[in-house]
This record gives sequence, structure tokens and C-alpha cells, in this order.
Amino acid sequence: MGCAKWVLVRKNRDMNVIVCVKQIPDPANPGALDASSNTLKREGKLILDESDSYGVEMALQLVAAAGGGEVSLVSMAPNSETSGLRTALAMGAAKAVLVSDPALLGSDALTTAKILAAAVTRLGGADLIIAATESSDGYTGTVPEQMAEVLGLPSVTFAKKVSVEGGMLKVNRQTEDGYDEVTCPLPALISVTAGVVEPRYPSFKGIMAAKSKPVDEVTAADLGVTPVGWAGAGQKVSSVTQAEARAAGEVIEDDGEAFAKIVTFLEGLKVI
Amino acid sequence: MGINNIWVFAQVANGAPTSGSLELLTKARSMGATVSVWVAGDGAATAAVLGEFGASKVFAVSYGSNLAGVAVASAMKASIDAGQAPDLVMFPQSYEGRDVMARLSVKVGRTVLTNNVEIVADGDSVTVTTPIFGGNTLVATTFTGGTPYLAAFRPKSFVPESVAGPAAEVVVVNVPDLGATGAAQVIAVHVEETTGPKLDEANIVVSGGRGLGESAKYEMIESLAKLLKGAPGASRAIVDAGWVPYSYQVGQTGKVVKPSVYIACGISGATQHMVGMKGSKNIIAINKDKEAPIFGIADLGIVGDLHKVLPKLIEALQGR
Repeated sequence: MGCAKWVLVRKNRDMNVIVCVKQIPDPANPGALDASSNTLKREGKLILDESDSYGVEMALQLVAAAGGGEVSLVSMAPNSETSGLRTALAMGAAKAVLVSDPALLGSDALTTAKILAAAVTRLGGADLIIAATESSDGYTGTVPEQMAEVLGLPSVTFAKKVSVEGGMLKVNRQTEDGYDEVTCPLPALISVTAGVVEPRYPSFKGIMAAKSKPVDEVTAADLGVTPVGWAGAGQKVSSVTQAEARAAGEVIEDDGEAFAKIVTFLEGLKVI
Repeated sequence: MGINNIWVFAQVANGAPTSGSLELLTKARSMGATVSVWVAGDGAATAAVLGEFGASKVFAVSYGSNLAGVAVASAMKASIDAGQAPDLVMFPQSYEGRDVMARLSVKVGRTVLTNNVEIVADGDSVTVTTPIFGGNTLVATTFTGGTPYLAAFRPKSFVPESVAGPAAEVVVVNVPDLGATGAAQVIAVHVEETTGPKLDEANIVVSGGRGLGESAKYEMIESLAKLLKGAPGASRAIVDAGWVPYSYQVGQTGKVVKPSVYIACGISGATQHMVGMKGSKNIIAINKDKEAPIFGIADLGIVGDLHKVLPKLIEALQGR
């Protein structure tokens, strides 16, 4: 009986997960650079980066499987922007820390990782931290692993299948040749590839509930991270130029015979 | 002064350094510096090829069942602490490369600049170039912190050139104590069998996107690729939808391809996709939306239903 009870307790071990989410300009609109700062223009309404919706969904599923715990969010965005956070809260996350501070403009990936790691610490840490492999706007692709190093945690990047069994993380990690099966004790950090799970759509009830969920807004100074922004960046933009444009060729409407046009084109290139 | 000592992290795949790694070795050599290579794993297997492309020394990190990223970064940090700091470390934009540079970045307190396609050194100053907005705009960024500078490069940024050098000297490096960061362990390695040419090396690439409508229609892409002795690829949309594995993805997140012919079927041409294929010599696009951005870079654009065009094209090629 004692053994059975122990198993029960283990199964009901709470699992707290923090998801790093980025709020980005709608990728459907063409991007632009701010001429004075040479940073991506991020004014106006921001949305939840679709890449991060997979991490939010993964977190919600892992917490549900553990039978207890909650999903929290950390995000860094200008102008106290919360619309993307609200989407993730509507999916089911419980609360968020938003780092919003004009001083952060121009921050490099290393500073961003330090800020997000400090936000994680402000939340009291977690059993698991989840991020996307890279954002859909800046796509530097190093922040999750940098966060793990700042926090002194093990990490598994490019996770394409994730489960937690008995407090141990099991991950299939994408590699150049195929994939590796990796195990890792918690706490840990993972970055998940798009498509790892099917993100849920927020329900109407979820959207209403999200409006009153707590978002703790802080500055870099509140987190004790200095220097930040351009002052802390180990880089400066030295020039921005337009690449040579690739000219459009012939565009034809298919009249049922367009396939022949392709055959002729391929013949001309001597590839068939 | 100047950039005198460069480290290149070489990504190994299927037992050999990737062409992206050999490109970096070639570029590092052309910058007139002493070039050392770091690899994860057994250096003996790669010393001949790395030497052929100009490496004199290979630091081989015996990482055991650790993940390569944290193991190599820690070994590099130990070497730096021992007084062998390089001026610049170049990484291929690969799975391991990104892990190594991210961990090393925090360990040495330096930023990393990723997704680069060019690097220029002028005295102590190093500037790298990154394409953004699908490659329409080039941003040049100069490192302002101290060395070592850490930079990662997209595949096919440079042309690898052999110097027919002798096999490189292999220095086996043990992994320092990783503490908690070394808790992740690889328990099994799976190699996915692929037939036909590799996506990023194929002369012809045929890619499918959301316009296919459903996952079963991807068979048309595979048939066409096979008939043309090319490789099948995919847009992020259908990879996200789970129709094909991540390894098929062409784009900023996936593979960068520069084939002689790229055939985009049912792909509208999102920035994410275009950045991975716009270097193709010839581009053919089939899409039912005549406003699709892909037509802006296609040499031959077919506005039409791919479900009508592709079966006829496949039939015509089968008859040859």
C-alpha cells in the first residue's frame, strides 16, 4: 500500500513551467527598420509570435499531465505591450512578468537572455523553462541556450518530442543526421521546434479570463540587470543597404498547357 | 594587433565536416590568421579533411554522452582561461554550432552575431553582414565589445576551397566538470535514412507548401523531385502542420538551398521561406494567387491550380 501511495504522490507532483514568449509585429505586414536606431520597428499592435504558441501549448499539456502546477510567462517588449501575452494567458497560462523599459532599446541577445533569466528568477524559478528555437522577427536563435547558461541549468534545444516521466525529462532532439534521445533531470530549459504540438485556440471563456490575469510589469533596474540597451550591447549597426533585387521573370496564367512551358524551361537549362 | 588567431567550430554530420564548416575554414584562412578547428567527438575521423582545407590543428572534444554544445563551450572556455584566447570564433549556423556559441557567449561575456553571410576585418575591427526581410536588406554590424568576437554564418555564404594540406594535428580535449549544466545525457542516436540527393546539396529542389491542401498531396512533390533526380523540400507552414519532417524545411529556420532549379509549388513566398531559397539559379513558381510574393522572384511563374499543373507535368516527364 505504501508503495502505491508513493506512486500516487509522484504522479501528482506539481509541475511549474515558465514559457518565454515574444510579442512581435504581425509577420503578415512587411518589416521595417527605424531609421534613427536601426532596430526593428515594433510600434503599434504586437501579437504573440506563432513560434511561441507551441511552447505555451507544450507547457499546458505537461502541467495537465502532472496533475497540478501552473504555466507562467516571461516577455520583454516595448511600450507596456501585453496583447501577445493576453493571447497566451487566454490559452491557459496563469500569470506573466513583462519587462518593458525604454532603456532596453538596442539590447543584444546576451542582454536579452540576462533580462529573461532575471524575470524567471523573479517568478521563483520553475521545474521547466520553455522557449521557441528562435523568434520569427529577429531570429538570432541563441537566447534560450544563453538563458540556460545564465541560470546554470542543463538545456535541450531543438526538442521535437517532449515528455516528463518521474521528474525526468525525455526529449527527441533534432540533429543534422536525424535525432537524439536525450534525458535530463528537472529543473531544465528546452527550446521546442514549431509543430511539436498543436496549439489550442483560446476559448471565449479563456479570452475573458485572460483580461484579469496578473501581469507584473518591471524595468531592467527592477531586475537588477545593468547595463542594457545600446550601452550593454557588444555590437553597433554600421550600415544598412538594399540588396540587389532579383528581377521577376515571365508570369503566365495556366490555360491547361502551362506544364509544357515548364518542360521547355527545364529543357533549356539542360536538366532534363 | 589585428585578427591573428581564429577558431572555427566544425559541425560534423554523417562522420564528416559539413560543407558549411569547410566554407568557414576557407574564409578564416583567407583572413590571414592562424586557424584552429574545434570539433565535437573523434578528431581522427575528420583530421584529414580539415587539414586538406587548411586547418593545422584540430581540438577534438571527447564529449561522451553529454550534449556537444555545453561540452565544447566549456572546453573552449577552459582553453581561453589557460591563455589561448582567440580573436574571433566562427560558427556554422547548425544545431550544435548555435548551442556552443550561446553557452560560450555567456561564459566569456560577449555577444554573438548570427545569420551572417559576410565578414570583413579591418585592423582590430570586425564587421559582419546579415540579410533581413527575406534578404532585401543587408545590415552590417560591427563588434564593439572586446575579443573574442563570436559570429555565426549561414550555409553557402562562402565557397569552400581545398589547399591540399596535410592531415591536421589532433589534440584531444577532455570536458571540464559541467556541474548541473551537464545533466542532459544522450541515451540513443537515431540516423534518419534518406534516399536521393541531400536537400542542401541537390541540383534541383522541388518544394511544396500550404497550397497542396492536404498532406497526402505531398506525394506529387516527391514524385516530381524523384523524376528530376532532385530533393523534395517544404515550407514552414506544412512542416508546422506535421505533413513532413522538420528536416525538409527550406527557409530561415530550415535549410538554405542554392540549386540550379528551385520549383516552388503552392508556396506564397513568406520572408521566412524566401531567405532560404532566393539564391537559387532558376526559380519556377506555381501558385493560384497571382499576387503571391514568390512571383516577384520567379524566372517562370505559373498562375494556376497546382493540382492540375503537377499531374500533367509528372506525366510528361514520365513519358520521356
